[in-house]
Amino acid sequence: MIDPKVYRDMGLIDSEFQVILDTLGREPTITEIGMYAVMWSEHCGYKYSRPVLRLFKKYREAADAGEVENAGVVDLGDGIGAVMKMESHNHPSAVEPFQGAATGVGGILRDIFTMGARPIASLNSLRFGTLDDAHTRYLFERVVEGIAHYGNCVGVPTVGGEIYFHPSYQGNPLVNAMAVGIVDTDKVASAAAKGIGNPVIYVGSSTGRDGIHGATFASVELGPDSESKRPNVQMGDPFQEKLLIEATLEALATGYVVGIQDMGAAGLTCSTCETAAKAGNGMTIDVRKVPAREPGMSPYEIMLSESQERMLAIAEKGKESAIIDVFHKWGLSAEVVGEVTDTGRVVVLDNGVVVADVPARHLTDECPTYFLDAAEPASIKQNQSHDLSFVTEPSDYNAALLTLLGQPSIASKRYVYQQYDHMVQTQTTAFPGAADAAVLKLRGTHKAIALTTDCNPRYCYLDPFLGAQIAVAEAARNLSCVGATPLAVTDCLNFPNPEKPDNFWVFRRSVEGLADACEAFNTPVISGNVSFYNETPDHAIYPTPTIGMIGLIEDATKTVGSGFVNEGDDIFLIGNGEPVWGASEYLHAIHGHDAGAPPPLSIEDEKALQKALRKGIASGLIKSAHDSAEGGIAVALAESAMSSGLGASLTLTLEPLVTPPSLGVFEPSAALALFGERTATALITSSPANRAAIGALATGAGLNLVRLGSVGGDALKVRCAGDDIIDAPLAVLTDVYESAIPKALHGK
Amino acid sequence: MPLIKISVTLKPTLLDAQGRAVHGALKNLGYNNVEKVRIGRYIELNLEDGPDIDGQVREICDKLLANPVIEDYRYEVVK
Repeated sequence: MIDPKVYRDMGLIDSEFQVILDTLGREPTITEIGMYAVMWSEHCGYKYSRPVLRLFKKYREAADAGEVENAGVVDLGDGIGAVMKMESHNHPSAVEPFQGAATGVGGILRDIFTMGARPIASLNSLRFGTLDDAHTRYLFERVVEGIAHYGNCVGVPTVGGEIYFHPSYQGNPLVNAMAVGIVDTDKVASAAAKGIGNPVIYVGSSTGRDGIHGATFASVELGPDSESKRPNVQMGDPFQEKLLIEATLEALATGYVVGIQDMGAAGLTCSTCETAAKAGNGMTIDVRKVPAREPGMSPYEIMLSESQERMLAIAEKGKESAIIDVFHKWGLSAEVVGEVTDTGRVVVLDNGVVVADVPARHLTDECPTYFLDAAEPASIKQNQSHDLSFVTEPSDYNAALLTLLGQPSIASKRYVYQQYDHMVQTQTTAFPGAADAAVLKLRGTHKAIALTTDCNPRYCYLDPFLGAQIAVAEAARNLSCVGATPLAVTDCLNFPNPEKPDNFWVFRRSVEGLADACEAFNTPVISGNVSFYNETPDHAIYPTPTIGMIGLIEDATKTVGSGFVNEGDDIFLIGNGEPVWGASEYLHAIHGHDAGAPPPLSIEDEKALQKALRKGIASGLIKSAHDSAEGGIAVALAESAMSSGLGASLTLTLEPLVTPPSLGVFEPSAALALFGERTATALITSSPANRAAIGALATGAGLNLVRLGSVGGDALKVRCAGDDIIDAPLAVLTDVYESAIPKALHGK
Repeated sequence: MPLIKISVTLKPTLLDAQGRAVHGALKNLGYNNVEKVRIGRYIELNLEDGPDIDGQVREICDKLLANPVIEDYRYEVVK
């Protein structure tokens, strides 16, 4: 009789254990319990999120058609496709930030090249507590070093991302790694173990005791004993990964690889069960044939290890030596450890003795799912209806602007991206800080792709549905600001414990918002990851549904940056978004409030703006474009000025506002126009000779257009009602903007 | 003044990429009888003599010289 403590400690509940007993018709072995526990954890089995993820149209359609596998390829035309995915490595990074972040990058790259795609770009979306805390500074610096170490060594450029600091992430940082690869659409690799009798090959590093039960670990809240969960830490080796990339792509090119899958979370257990289940087959493997890092490892340990840089390949029978030769050529171990069977069961042998015999689909597709209780948290309506009438004009607009530019969430991330190699592979054409999205020219074509990540967690906290919609809208706007047409989305859904009804309600509303916006912008969610239990005993994180988006620029020469280009150019504000104080960085930084409702979003206005931006950029009318986001247009103007070294002189005309007081707007206000946040708006510059054409572009699209002023000088000057309300030398702005993060870290 | 000799190594179960690279290089040189290579670092400290040298050395190692999440350390006090 098995002591319930054994399976409960691994994360299985009594009813789940009963299902296992009924299915197997006997008591499971310890290896089997371990295999079930990891596969039925939220991290692998999505037992709580799967019913909600069906809100994503493409996922639902693919799941119903049994074609989830190839749904992740974005067609770029000319027979080329892009694959992309984002994944969280939050819990490992909280415990060991350097290795946690590094292995996050490595894991997501393996997801890309096991599809047959060559990885060409990495992005990272990071969230930390505030930098006044010594442990947060440690986590921040080590996470960035870990990403730089792995990304720079493996030779994939880290081209973009985002970093926010907020107290809700204290003790529970978010590390979301995204990778993008390019593949010939007719050469996408499969992860199905097809062909009875085909050999199963274990490839890559040896198996150690590291990371055992990492997936289960990712499915519980972080507690004071998390640091003592040390065996969960995995060590990455980017040089090994580089060899694995080249060897895998070469092995796939032989045509003899039937299926291939990364060993990520739940290691051998997940890769054997998933590949077998996908093909409707079974698989028998012998753990003693698996290269082990130390003697005496039990079958349980070998099946559950999450050692890095390993993969499972299924070869065509008789051709295994051709595959193995390729891996040996690259200095990697490759061993036949078993074969595909017709039983539908994964059988694990220990030197010929059966130690596990489980139905593959039972561990994967038949993972129990739960419809959790959802209840709207009372805080949402309270926060939204917060009276914001106390927000008055600042006594000093210059000082307010400098305060915002010095907020670590807004300030320059140069300290971070200068540690990343964003140039390796020499396809990157828009560098970090120079444009609203990373741009990479695709070698051998005239096309370029644009990439961005987005999520404003404060918006999502105050209105999960609208916040998630805005994340998609802003990502699409960022891509449009470099002239790219948005194509597809990957998401990384970071939330607290879903077993609490208010958390689950927020999760579901966020997914509804994402699904709604992704359909509206015609950017299907093609891949993603859910990370629950992001909370500590003290507090939960803000809901953070991070979006990664890819867009296409048909003519790679038709793209613009966010910085001003020439003295004398017109600066326009284009778009119909109205500024509000709700959920703004200004409210947070100046008044210490996370309150009010985020800016309203009109999908129609947003689409009209984005279309006009792309049209204006493609025709060469628009010389620079920058989205107005956190900190409002004042911050956007300062960023365009600082990034180019060119100042600007502007005049602000206050027009009667149509926005209702419920959104925190009471009367025309210079502060609101400058620092309020809005959707569906961008700053563009163009030559004065094209003033009429820009006017026609806006009118044709039904967009408001305001000429704010022109580029020139070495200061940012804003005049309003006869007064110079902002007059700041670029050198002063730049100093605050560039030094905020280094100062917060090192006090200088 | 006592001399403290400290060696820090990765925990045995964790992958040592550096050790693996050196092991591969040794094999390439023909040293096929090398079974395993683990690389760590060695640190010497001079400390004023006091009542609880061991306690202090352990504290220094835990806080700074080693990363207890992934590394083990050993030390020797030479008086």
